[in-house]
Amino acid sequence: MPIQYYIYLCLALFSIGVIGVLTRRNVIIVFMCIELMFNSVNLLLVAFSKMHLAAVPAIIKNSTVGSDGQLFVFFIMVVAAAEVSVGLAIIVMLFRNTHSVDINFLNRLKN
Amino acid sequence: MSKLVYLIPLFPLLGFLINGLGRKSLSKSLIAIIGSGTILASFVVSVLVFFDVKANGASVISLFNFIDVKGLLIPFAFQVDQLSALFLLIVTGIGFLIHLYSTAYMNEEEPQHYARYFAYLNLFIFSMLLLVLGANYVIMFIGWEGVGLCSYLLIGYWFKNNDYNYAAKKAFVMNRIGDLGFLLALFWLIFKLGTATYGDVFAQVDKLSAFDITAITALLFVGAMGKSAQIPLYTWLPDAMAGPTPVSALIHAATMVTAGIYMIARSNILYTMAPGTQTLIAIVGLATAIFAATIALKQNDIKKVLAYSTVSQLGYMFLGLGVGAYTGSVFHVMTHAFFKALLFLGAGSVIHAMHHEQDIRKMGGLKKFMPITHITFLLACLAIAGIPPFSGFFSKDEILMAAYAKNPIYYYVGLGGALMTAFYMFRLYTLTFLGGFRGTHEQEHHLHESPAAMTIPLIVLAILSVVGGWIGIPEVIAKDAHSLEKFLAPVFAGSAAIAEQHHLEASQEWMFMGISTLLIVGVIFYAIGSYKKYQVDASENTGIAKLLENKWYVDELYDAVIVNPLNSLAGFFKNMVEKNVIDGAVNGVGKLVAYGSRQLRLVQSGQVGNYVLIMVLAIVVFILVWFNDLTIMYYLNRLFKMA
Repeated sequence: MPIQYYIYLCLALFSIGVIGVLTRRNVIIVFMCIELMFNSVNLLLVAFSKMHLAAVPAIIKNSTVGSDGQLFVFFIMVVAAAEVSVGLAIIVMLFRNTHSVDINFLNRLKN
Repeated sequence: MSKLVYLIPLFPLLGFLINGLGRKSLSKSLIAIIGSGTILASFVVSVLVFFDVKANGASVISLFNFIDVKGLLIPFAFQVDQLSALFLLIVTGIGFLIHLYSTAYMNEEEPQHYARYFAYLNLFIFSMLLLVLGANYVIMFIGWEGVGLCSYLLIGYWFKNNDYNYAAKKAFVMNRIGDLGFLLALFWLIFKLGTATYGDVFAQVDKLSAFDITAITALLFVGAMGKSAQIPLYTWLPDAMAGPTPVSALIHAATMVTAGIYMIARSNILYTMAPGTQTLIAIVGLATAIFAATIALKQNDIKKVLAYSTVSQLGYMFLGLGVGAYTGSVFHVMTHAFFKALLFLGAGSVIHAMHHEQDIRKMGGLKKFMPITHITFLLACLAIAGIPPFSGFFSKDEILMAAYAKNPIYYYVGLGGALMTAFYMFRLYTLTFLGGFRGTHEQEHHLHESPAAMTIPLIVLAILSVVGGWIGIPEVIAKDAHSLEKFLAPVFAGSAAIAEQHHLEASQEWMFMGISTLLIVGVIFYAIGSYKKYQVDASENTGIAKLLENKWYVDELYDAVIVNPLNSLAGFFKNMVEKNVIDGAVNGVGKLVAYGSRQLRLVQSGQVGNYVLIMVLAIVVFILVWFNDLTIMYYLNRLFKMA
């Protein structure tokens, strides 16, 4: 499958994520949109990684070309998992304090 | 012996450091011993150096390189020759006597101020010795500035009195105007010749064009005008009388004010080659001599009379320099140092006895209370008036004879000044010492002769004032009796070779001496006669007398022409430029920052959505900036064409 399809899909997912972050007021949805952007990037990384490996001539056995892209994916997933755990904790605390998950209620850090 | 010449300025410097740093802990007697002892030590070394120079001739002692850059070498060197040896003796000798006198005169001061006084005085002697000893114009300039500083410090010694501080500032500013001339001349000299060392400058003097040499000498003379109180920069000297009387005697009569004469005598070859400047000097000197003498006629402050007399005598010295009588001028510096120091110290003794009363109208009849002061003061008056065989006669006569040889008009005007000198000195003498006492009864009750520490310097100086002139007896009176001229001949040899010699007939010279002496004696008797029965007269002076009493309104003129316009200019800058332009710029920057930050603060709204929006926009902008349009188009084309 040509690489362009992956790129189109990723562009679409990323744009949806950006627009979601910009337009939605529900913190949970904003959060999910961020995850969407992460995953579009992950997808792109994997796609490029496979593309580079495919371009290596067959005579070179055991080539590791493109593997660092996949390593990045794991790295991003780990960071994203950590970020989610912190972010969800913040959201829980926000809900306890304001009984709402509206992002516009988060404009004051004091009180 | 000349090798030890560095000791001469070193002793006063040590005295300055010890007294200055230890002023809070030393006792008064110790301060006096240190202050005077260091000068005595310098005097002893000076005497040894003097005899060494007399026997072995001049030498230059180089200590280290003061300024050493490419193309310019200014060594820290001392010029030990006849001229500097003579000045060393005057400075340290009279300096010591005045230190001794001060120990008694300043005795009422608190220890810490007493120490401050002696520290300043020692620093002055140090600077003056540096000025005299330096082997190039730069070292001379260091001393030149040093004596100006000490003069300022000592005029303002009683700093609690604001008038005295003004007088000190006036002296400093006037001196600075002159110093600028000196400095410009120095730069010019270094620019043209690449050296400031006397020997090298005088050897290469032919390399200078006539314009250069006239300009350099004229600028140096501007420096001398400031330091030696000549028209138009003389007004600081009478005001400098605000300082303690011994300071007036040492700095403002005997030594510092003669620095200009020393400098010109030192540069005599330059001046001999610049006849234009010489004429200028002669005219300025003569004008000052007459002008100051007229003012002195009507002053009532004992020190002011002496101050104007000093200005006038300095004018005679410059007249001598202007007509090429270098020896005569240096001779007059020496004799003037003796009798003027004596006059000031005598005046100090009177002021001491009168409890700081300086108005001669309130004195009178002090003869019977203060016999030693009276006799010494009388001798000094005779010396300054020019009665033979007192010292002033010989030196003044030498200058006036040289002036006659150059231009008879100089002589007649100069003689007029000499007659005025005789008049105001004997007016001062009569009002102070003769007649009846005109002060209060309380003052009369306290009148006393001064202590020995004050009378001994008076006696020594009186002896010098009488015999000091005998080293310069003119040719016509005794053959080969002018030992000073022979002694100084090597210093002025270069000028003597160039300058045309004028000589008067012996009979002419005798005639002038006789006439001038007769006239002066007549004036003296007239002065004594008219002031002997003086009574305090409340009526105001009118006409010319009022003009003289108010010093020709020169101070007022300077105020109107220079000081007030400068003050209003400064006021304009203070009120307009300072307030609007400078403050405006500073405050404007502050206001701009405050305003800008107030506007910028609105961006930080607390709305997470805003932040995110800004972040996304910023990323887009960064991408657009980072990759130019072509790059972006290239990638987009590749992306969509491949599909």
